[in-house]
Amino acid sequence: MIYRESGQFKTTYKTDQAILPIFQDRVAMALLMLFAFVVIPFIANDYWLSSILIPFLALSLAALGLNVLTGYAGQISLGTAAFMAVGAFAAYNLQVRVPEIPFLIAFIWGGLCSASIGILFGLPSLRIKGFYLAVATLAAQFFIEWLLTNFGWFTNYDSSGVITAPPMGILGFAIDNPLSKYLLVLTIVVLCAFAVRNLARSEIGRAWMAVRDMDIAAEAIGINLMKTKLIAFGVSSFLCGLAGALWAYIVLGTVEPQAFDILRSFEILFMVVIGGLGSVSGAFLGAGFMILLPILLNNLGSIITGSAISTETIAHIEFMIFGAFIIFFLIVEPNGLARLWQIAKEKLRLWPFPY
Amino acid sequence: MRVESKNKSSTKIEVLMDIKDISLSFGGLKALQDVSLQIQKGEILAIIGPNGAGKSSMLNVISGIYVPQKGEVEWKGKLRKKIAPHDIARMGIARTFQNIALFRGMTALENILTGRNILMKRNLFLEALYLGMGRKQEEEHRQKAEEIIDFLEIQSIRKTPVARLPYGLQKRVELGRALALEPELLLLDEPMAGMNVEEKEDMCRFILDVNEQFGTTIVLIEHDMGVVMDISDRVAVLDYGIKIADGTPDEVRSEQKVIDAYLGAG
Amino acid sequence: MDWWFFIEVFMGGLLSGVMYSLVALGFVLIFKASGVFNFAQGAMVLFAALTFVRLLEMGVPILVTTAITTGVMILLAIFIERVMLRPLVNQDLIILFMATIGLNYFIEGFAQLIWGSHVGVLDLGIDQYAAFEIGNALINKFDVWAALIAGGLVLVLSLFFRYTVIGRALRAVADDHQAALSVGIPLSTIWIYVWSTAGLVALVAGVVWGSKLGVQFAISTVALKAIPVLIIGGFTSVPGAIIGGLIVGCGEKLAEVYLGAYIGYGIENWFPYMLALIVLMIRPEGLFGEKIIERV
Repeated sequence: MIYRESGQFKTTYKTDQAILPIFQDRVAMALLMLFAFVVIPFIANDYWLSSILIPFLALSLAALGLNVLTGYAGQISLGTAAFMAVGAFAAYNLQVRVPEIPFLIAFIWGGLCSASIGILFGLPSLRIKGFYLAVATLAAQFFIEWLLTNFGWFTNYDSSGVITAPPMGILGFAIDNPLSKYLLVLTIVVLCAFAVRNLARSEIGRAWMAVRDMDIAAEAIGINLMKTKLIAFGVSSFLCGLAGALWAYIVLGTVEPQAFDILRSFEILFMVVIGGLGSVSGAFLGAGFMILLPILLNNLGSIITGSAISTETIAHIEFMIFGAFIIFFLIVEPNGLARLWQIAKEKLRLWPFPY
Repeated sequence: MRVESKNKSSTKIEVLMDIKDISLSFGGLKALQDVSLQIQKGEILAIIGPNGAGKSSMLNVISGIYVPQKGEVEWKGKLRKKIAPHDIARMGIARTFQNIALFRGMTALENILTGRNILMKRNLFLEALYLGMGRKQEEEHRQKAEEIIDFLEIQSIRKTPVARLPYGLQKRVELGRALALEPELLLLDEPMAGMNVEEKEDMCRFILDVNEQFGTTIVLIEHDMGVVMDISDRVAVLDYGIKIADGTPDEVRSEQKVIDAYLGAG
Repeated sequence: MDWWFFIEVFMGGLLSGVMYSLVALGFVLIFKASGVFNFAQGAMVLFAALTFVRLLEMGVPILVTTAITTGVMILLAIFIERVMLRPLVNQDLIILFMATIGLNYFIEGFAQLIWGSHVGVLDLGIDQYAAFEIGNALINKFDVWAALIAGGLVLVLSLFFRYTVIGRALRAVADDHQAALSVGIPLSTIWIYVWSTAGLVALVAGVVWGSKLGVQFAISTVALKAIPVLIIGGFTSVPGAIIGGLIVGCGEKLAEVYLGAYIGYGIENWFPYMLALIVLMIRPEGLFGEKIIERV
């Protein structure tokens, strides 16, 4: 993407404040949307849709949620998966007990329940900061997992302790094939992404970042730390809950509480760190990285050794690479892939001149 | 260094803050003892004194972060009780910090815009859609922030991440953020610290302009006597937590107690 | 109320708490000296245990195994300090914490890659199931041994900190990096010592845990519980790590047995964290930790 931005002077603050002020960026976004909504349905096969794109989108949404909390508001959370679980189970329980409710309403309900739980476990953030807060979220993670496993009510007393998503339909159209599911998830995720982007550049976004950067100074300019943090927990958990519902309904179909365990929480934290803390594109980049890497390794493995490497070995190498990348990004570029991409664009802007 | 300062011969003196006989201690340490001070509306008041005299504590009492164990503080004629830190700005008191407290993850413009937060309304729904009030207030307050940017002559660096700005400009941005609150009382904690002569002249000019153009009352802690004498209307001198002098710069500089405190009596 | 049963559970809890303390000890050492919260302590324990058990499986005599594993842990410590700690030296605690999570993953993957992930049986020659009988309560002999080892380790460390030059240097660094530098204490070397010591503690913890549970991946997840131990005991306190561990071990066992009967089992999965949360709300610095004062 080597294009010149010169000659694009904004004459009003209004145009400067637009979500994508540079014309070429707008074109790029339009093309991306076109590609995602129109082209992919034509060229992608079911495997790609079901096993790669849909999980990618669902996890991106969870990463987006975590990014709001950790990237923008600076509150570290190790309980992302638990909030996803709340969303999934709340949506399921509503539909099971009130079958007439459309699934989209159930999703929103799941998000709202998750937001409430998120705010509850976010209350300690008023007294404890940073890493200590992570412990509170750990408590949420383990407690919620236990709650959902131990009390049959949540799974409607299913003998295997799982929930099975009811079929989804809008206005008579069944959403039961990979393509329709993909378009549904895509729409939801894109809307959420724009919402987060807008929030980030509004007063609440600045309040979050102020609390993240220096909370004492934030207080000095009138920002109410408690409200700001709790709103961050609420919005973040809402998105995670929604992602959890998508994960349960669309990606897995049948899910047990263990699908939302501490490893899942770490996975999403990794996405956010690698992709870039505090950026919307970072959530997608991170999720893409984490989803594609195992596939890449698998294929590379078979190419190099001529036969498939055991899944165990791949898992070990994955762990090593994830760990190494986390450390790498934290050292070299805490703002992750998103920032690296930005830097690349800046360099290209001036290319071939170094300054 | 000579800076023009306005001759304030107001007919009526309005007291913005009345500090009556306050004492402040931390555990066994007495930071301030029986200090009384009046802050007059529209003035520039400097608080000076040797190191450890209690100047920062004084500023913190004025802002309301510290509540004195003894004595009262009246704000605009009314007794001020303990207030939550985030309510201080809403009362009309803004401050800058000794070690710059800018938000390092944001640009200069964003820092100043964040200062507008208390004047903005919150509606998450509209903000998420960037519609209606959500969008309108962004544009309005952007306008206001730009006025401050023009005033402080920092247009060229408005989109620069503050972490990359030189020290002097960072201090200016911090001043801008405080101004964004449209405060009645502005507290500056060593605004000239670490600046060279040119930067000090610029900062003095801005401080005087803020006082003249916006009518903001200013209290500053400062060590540079030249600055203090040139721009302040009144000076209060602290030493070991006690106020030893209070008056115009000329009155104060010739007081024996002040001379002793700085040079060390005996 | 069956008091002998209560004592049995209580003692069992105390002794398993000792195991947590061992892991927490490694954390405290590193945190005291460098301010880094080494989330990877669990992985280090796993790595030490795996190395130890694989060498034994290969037939290497136990003393040689101990020597080699010690050497490996020291090398690991140096590697961690150089590759991860130094570049991140001025960053926020959160960044460091996340880096150690990454380190945790890396070490786990690495350990299992080279040593395999099948469960290793670590036979120290101590009968797992033998028990003392006190009244009607059965106290597991192995647990008592573990407690003694842990106690011994704490004693050695305390003496080390108090009476040796290096020990004093470590305490100086823990107190104030700048001051330590200004009297000529080489920070990097100190950190290597610290991490090596932590590595050794990890080795002991790994061997003890490994004998009890079998050496497996689950060890590092269990080590996650050291976090509540530290919060309750205070991050900067060695006695805090011990007492915190005892409280957590005891608390979770008692809760599991007595509360579990009413509200369902598996309580020990979350009990320590909830306990830590409550402590954080009431006394954020933990029982023995130092208050953190923020200055603007």
